[in-house]
Amino acid sequence: MRETTVHAGAWWLWALALGTAATRTTNPLLLGLLLAVSGYVVVTCRSATPTARSYTAFLKLALAVLVIRLVFAVVLGSPIPGTHVLVSLPEVPLPDWAQGIRLGGRVTAEAVVFALYDGLKLATLLICVGAANALAAPTRLLKSLPGALYETGVAVVVALTFAPHLIADARRLRAARRLRGRPDRGVRGLLQVGLPVLEGALERSVALAAAMDARGYGRTAEVAPAVRRTTAALTLGGLLGVCAGTYGLLTAEGGTYGLPVLLAGLAAALAGLWLGGRRSPRTRYRPDAWNPRSCAVAGSGAVVAALLVLAAARDPEALHPGVVPLVAPALPLWPAAAVLLGLLPALTAPTRPARKEPS
Amino acid sequence: MIRFEDVSVTYDGADRPTVRGVDFEVPEGELVLLVGESGVGKSTVLGAVGGLVPHFTGGTLRGRVTVAGRDTRTHKPRELADVVGTVGQDPLSHFVTDTVEDELAYGMESLGLAPDVMRRRVEETLDLLGLAGLRGRSIATLSGGQQQRVAIGSVLTPHPKVLVLDEPTSALDPAAAEEVLAVLQRLVHDLGTTVLMAEHRLERVVQYADRVVLLPAPGAAPLLGTPADVMAVSPVCPPVVDLGRLAGWSPLPLTVRDARRRAADLRERLDGREPVPTEAVPATPPPLPVPRQASRWRLRRQAVPEPGAEPAPVAEVRSLSVRRDGIQALLHVDLSLAPGETIALMGRNGAGKSTLLGSLVGLVEPSGGSVRVSGAVPHRTPPRELVRRVGLVPQEPRDLLYADTVAAECAAADQDAQAAPGTCRALVSELLPGVTDDTHPRDLSEGQRLALALAVVLAARPPLLLLDEPTRGLDYGAKARLVALLRELAAEGHAIVLATHDVELAAELAHRVVLLAEGEVIADGPTAEVVVSSPSFAPQVTKILAPQRWLTATQVREALA
Repeated sequence: MRETTVHAGAWWLWALALGTAATRTTNPLLLGLLLAVSGYVVVTCRSATPTARSYTAFLKLALAVLVIRLVFAVVLGSPIPGTHVLVSLPEVPLPDWAQGIRLGGRVTAEAVVFALYDGLKLATLLICVGAANALAAPTRLLKSLPGALYETGVAVVVALTFAPHLIADARRLRAARRLRGRPDRGVRGLLQVGLPVLEGALERSVALAAAMDARGYGRTAEVAPAVRRTTAALTLGGLLGVCAGTYGLLTAEGGTYGLPVLLAGLAAALAGLWLGGRRSPRTRYRPDAWNPRSCAVAGSGAVVAALLVLAAARDPEALHPGVVPLVAPALPLWPAAAVLLGLLPALTAPTRPARKEPS
Repeated sequence: MIRFEDVSVTYDGADRPTVRGVDFEVPEGELVLLVGESGVGKSTVLGAVGGLVPHFTGGTLRGRVTVAGRDTRTHKPRELADVVGTVGQDPLSHFVTDTVEDELAYGMESLGLAPDVMRRRVEETLDLLGLAGLRGRSIATLSGGQQQRVAIGSVLTPHPKVLVLDEPTSALDPAAAEEVLAVLQRLVHDLGTTVLMAEHRLERVVQYADRVVLLPAPGAAPLLGTPADVMAVSPVCPPVVDLGRLAGWSPLPLTVRDARRRAADLRERLDGREPVPTEAVPATPPPLPVPRQASRWRLRRQAVPEPGAEPAPVAEVRSLSVRRDGIQALLHVDLSLAPGETIALMGRNGAGKSTLLGSLVGLVEPSGGSVRVSGAVPHRTPPRELVRRVGLVPQEPRDLLYADTVAAECAAADQDAQAAPGTCRALVSELLPGVTDDTHPRDLSEGQRLALALAVVLAARPPLLLLDEPTRGLDYGAKARLVALLRELAAEGHAIVLATHDVELAAELAHRVVLLAEGEVIADGPTAEVVVSSPSFAPQVTKILAPQRWLTATQVREALA
């Protein structure tokens, strides 16, 4: 069963590619289609891990972002010129130094629609990240890190599992306040349990560190001094190269040497990482494999992103429906068909058999 | 396999060694049990085997500890990871990953075993521990017994020669504890693993031990011997041994089976005698503090006890149902608590015991039915009013304690309870003689902390007292003190509810036992009737002397006196 699953990296590539596609357009019909595609794939392919349930949390977050964007457009006004006045809010007169800022005033349909398109774009991006999270837990992704970064990866995994513990602790301690006859609601209640919660977390961290130490975490293999020195030189030199290359790319006069230096730096840093991995004797238990399905999943996402970038360059009007004057958005046929390619994972990736949930 | 040579450990800042003169050897393939009261240094001895003491905890270790020929002085815990597997008291703080299968593989990954070896061992371990059905499950969703088995499995996969366990069954219900012990038995018998473990619940484990190491007092040299020999002199012992000592059996029986075969004469001597009845003493409830601003309409409906009539129940639960996170935690539970009555609430982990206690103190809102505590509806009563009606000591007594010192804690408790200043401090002095005002609650032992939390709750003089798993982590001495204290409180008219897995505690204290399963009450009756008929909830003395109905060695002692 596990061999046929898709590599966690493939899911993240797919989802981030869909997110990239979403940033290329403000057409609500296309964005809606993207949402439907990612939602359908999540529903058919997600596993029974706890992170899979975080999808709804991302949906709520996206909705909140959309609402906040609209509220800002209504209350603070918008630079979009419009003629269709929906409602006129009382305007708060502001002093001269706050020129350019408006509170209240006319709310035009154009401004609201513009905010809606803009907010929807952001919401779609968020939901795509949520989809990646639901399809492949970030911890699975961390397992694919190179050996030299393994210890950092474990630190992140441990931190991720600690957050739920912290919340559970805070809840328990707030409940305990009630047992002492103190109100268990309100901000004060939360503040007073802060210290005990942190204390508990600290104690648990120490216990976990002891357990990890006793289980062999941080064992190192002997490496020749020459290898060690080469690793250090490669990593440091590589990072310097990356910095210099980026600087060169961003400044006007460094256009010629920027790219080669950046690439050389990257190569050196990667070689350093690979060599550094030899210090850790770790092996991996059942690593995710890049199988044809993973390629299909990652590929379908990449194709969607590439086609939408292309479409945005060729036919910007269709992907950015006009706001002034207000027109009904039309569904551009070819980009819509491209978005539908994102459904490929739902057809190829096997669904995991629904595990029996604990009663 | 494990060799202690005149070991003493002194922690930083301590003025004398925690353990001294530890000098023994554990041969390969033995199961050795470490016993002693709380605070005698059991965890220190266990930690020294894996090298966590002193490499991780700090302090100074004198003498020498060798495991499979490796000196822990020169080997760090991580370098001993392939020969020693250590599982601490709380399995949850042991887990690094989030699913069962990954957790089993984690240790092997750190050691750098080949992928095909890892794969094989994970499968073998899943079968050995009966975890195959749980392989993909998230660890957080497992029950306590399952988590403990995963924790043991996670250190077993690198095939250590030595397994070190600190209180592996203390937090488990009797059935889950059997599960874990069966696994340990199998490891010792089939794989020749050497096991060193500490455990307070001797009645569960002593019969499996090949030898026992007794730490008689803090800093005293340990005693080593066969279980029967050591139990004869041990200050801590399970009821079967207590009964054996009482009856003068020699060698001491350690299992119920052995004791039953010897008990014919004792049964004869006891024939015709009856245990002193443990009926609830009808008592007047402690005067209920007059609620000052509680809703008046509720007061009107409160039953006023007529003089001479049965005392009104302290709490009444009618057809209570609770649904939480899509799970039916309680279903149509009826319960009535009279003043002076002690009830033991028993059942598996997750049977709804804590939920029932939670609804009695208003932490849990019922989704059906009603709960009344001294006439008030708990979840709608402001906490300030409620503390004078009902008090709960939670599973982790530390949750109740916020202050830096005992004195500050007591002052806060008096203020919370609107009691006269000094009320709580007086209770603490009574329960914990010798604890000074400036002690930090964290520096107290488990038992002392429980007593402090109890004093904090009792400052408000609630007529109903609830305790969730009070004996977890308590040694027999601390347990005996708790039992005496709770008896006194019951005699004063407090109604007491204990949610517990500890059948011996229930036998000692409870007038009534309520058994819960999947949120429903499946038995509710006098302790003797309920526990005698249940194989897993019957105390050892009952099993030995059946069909006579004796519950505790104390009862037998009194009857023979």
